[in-house]
Amino acid sequence: MLNLSAADWLILLIYGFFMLTAGFSLKPAMTGSKEFMQAGRALPGWLCGMALVGASLGSQEVLGMGAAGARYGLASVGFFALGSIPAMLFAGLVLMPVYYGAKSGLGAAAARSIPEYLGLRFDQKTRALNACLFAAMAAFGAGIALYAMARVIAALHVFDHVANALNLPPAGILLLAIALPAALVLTYVLLGGLAAAMYNQALQFCLVVAGLLPMVLLGLRKIGGWGGLKAALPANSLHDLIHVSPGSFHAGAGPMGIGAVGLLLGVGLVLGGGTWCTDFRLLQTAMAAKDVESARRAPLIAAAVWVLVPLLLVLPGLIAVGLPTPRTTIAVHNENGTIYHEITVVAPAVEAGKGLVPAKADAAGRPVMGPDSQAVLDYEMATPNMLVQFLPLGLLGLGLTALLACLMGGVAASLTAFSTVFTCDIYQAFFAKGASDKRMLAAARWAAVGGMLLAIGAACAAMRLNSMLDAMVLVFAAVNAPLFATLLLGALWKRATGHGAFAGLIAGAAGALLHHGLALPKGEQPGIHGGWIAVLHHPSSEMALGLGTAGFAFCLSLIITAAVSVSTKARPKEELKGLVHSLTERPPANVTWWKRPEALAAAILLAAIAVNLIFV
Amino acid sequence: MFYDARISMGMLFTLIGTILTAFGVATRSNTAVYAKSLGIDANLWWGLVLLGFGVVVMMLGRRGQTKLEKEKK
Repeated sequence: MLNLSAADWLILLIYGFFMLTAGFSLKPAMTGSKEFMQAGRALPGWLCGMALVGASLGSQEVLGMGAAGARYGLASVGFFALGSIPAMLFAGLVLMPVYYGAKSGLGAAAARSIPEYLGLRFDQKTRALNACLFAAMAAFGAGIALYAMARVIAALHVFDHVANALNLPPAGILLLAIALPAALVLTYVLLGGLAAAMYNQALQFCLVVAGLLPMVLLGLRKIGGWGGLKAALPANSLHDLIHVSPGSFHAGAGPMGIGAVGLLLGVGLVLGGGTWCTDFRLLQTAMAAKDVESARRAPLIAAAVWVLVPLLLVLPGLIAVGLPTPRTTIAVHNENGTIYHEITVVAPAVEAGKGLVPAKADAAGRPVMGPDSQAVLDYEMATPNMLVQFLPLGLLGLGLTALLACLMGGVAASLTAFSTVFTCDIYQAFFAKGASDKRMLAAARWAAVGGMLLAIGAACAAMRLNSMLDAMVLVFAAVNAPLFATLLLGALWKRATGHGAFAGLIAGAAGALLHHGLALPKGEQPGIHGGWIAVLHHPSSEMALGLGTAGFAFCLSLIITAAVSVSTKARPKEELKGLVHSLTERPPANVTWWKRPEALAAAILLAAIAVNLIFV
Repeated sequence: MFYDARISMGMLFTLIGTILTAFGVATRSNTAVYAKSLGIDANLWWGLVLLGFGVVVMMLGRRGQTKLEKEKK
């Protein structure tokens, strides 16, 4: 049982108050659908960049990066840097001018969402297909995020006092941990729209640093500094992962079990691009910038921050496995002739774990054993357990606030994106073409309510069906990876056509399902982990399967889009102005060279390489 | 921008910093609380860091806000 002091609760409450304040103070500015869905396209670049970082740090990312650190070691720092920074730089330099479009309808129309860009660049059927897939993915993803964090909150017993006071059954705690953040997020999104969500995401990023940095510093001190951490970990680094002997290319080296070429291409191109160049949940923050230069700067600022984010979030997991595992001990000591027996009882599932990472426990509290008779570890608990282990009362409240803030920032990003895509690309495009702006604003608010109800439904379904968490990998491979291929071709290649894009998206999604259905990682049962059609080959880990599926879907979509485009009629150049990179007007370069985005991008890339060479 | 986001950000961190510092001073002699943080009064020190950060950000926000209001006029 976690006993929090008044100071901890006060910090949590103050954060909740500030979060709602953003909504209330922006309410008067929400006069039209543009203000609500796009924050009036009036935000400065630095705020968009900070909000982009906040939106990218949802609960699954924060828990998942700690988990990856605990599971795969120091190599995951390089893995996350590779999966984010190059793609963000590419998005900022090349794609943002195309996505952002011209301001207020001069020249080419400005897209309000990624599906709307697809509609402008290709055709309405591509837009509708992507809008429906994206809306489903956003609602499902928000539900999974709600559930993932509720599980951690329940495991840490944060809300137990509240639930006891309300006389709730044990299952009610989980439900409360889902419903309470959901209600808070919905309130401020309804009041202040995307702007409120972005103000809170910027706040959330600062809280993550404030809440987790002291834990990392204390943890490093405990384990004996950087040298002590390296000594406590099994030796595996990015160097080992890349320097594989030619014979073992596909068997892979390192605990992730992915070959060097697969790693570089899969992570850098497909995973990074599929997230940072494609996902509207992230891109909406940059598209709300006040002008195209700010929109370009937002991903660059976010990339600069991301040079250090993987270290901050992966290190807790590394330290957690490096520390000694807690054991049940009996200490006998003698004080003035009286003998004291001090017994520290540790739950069996914790004792079966590795360091501070506990084993998964069954209903009776016994550790769950895997097929190789080793305990199955609950890696997601690495970061939360570190918080409880190192932060004293007071700071613990701040740490928990940071975790909750991540959950809510991520859910808010999904919710605003769902609302915008539903309102613009489904409601206005197909049901109410001539809707007045007032009706659009009302529709956007109702869409947010509907999206949250769907998300809560998905969270409750995930409560029953635990394996739904693993389905996110497949959803990413089927939706985002093919979309990245189509967007890439659409933005860079004049010849790409609507029929090509449509065929590419469908082929990519089908290819992802097929690949996932035919491959099964070693030591898994056929089902949600793959192999549900027939088992043809065995990737070495779940991560390798996820990357393989996404990579296959990306390549298939790229090939089909290109092939169908070549055999169909191209659109005239005049119609594509501002929609393809080579036909977009660039502002005259009248600033000195070191102030240009290209110089900033190069500096960030060098810094990222330097950090990864030093630490990984 | 509707209002300078740094004002609310600075206010939040000033408040949190003050609470942590006060709590850190009040529990300074309580070794049981700080056994977890290796005997360091982490609340006090981190509270001061956050307080400083909050005040600086809030002042930047104030300046940004006056600029913003001038632009609107």
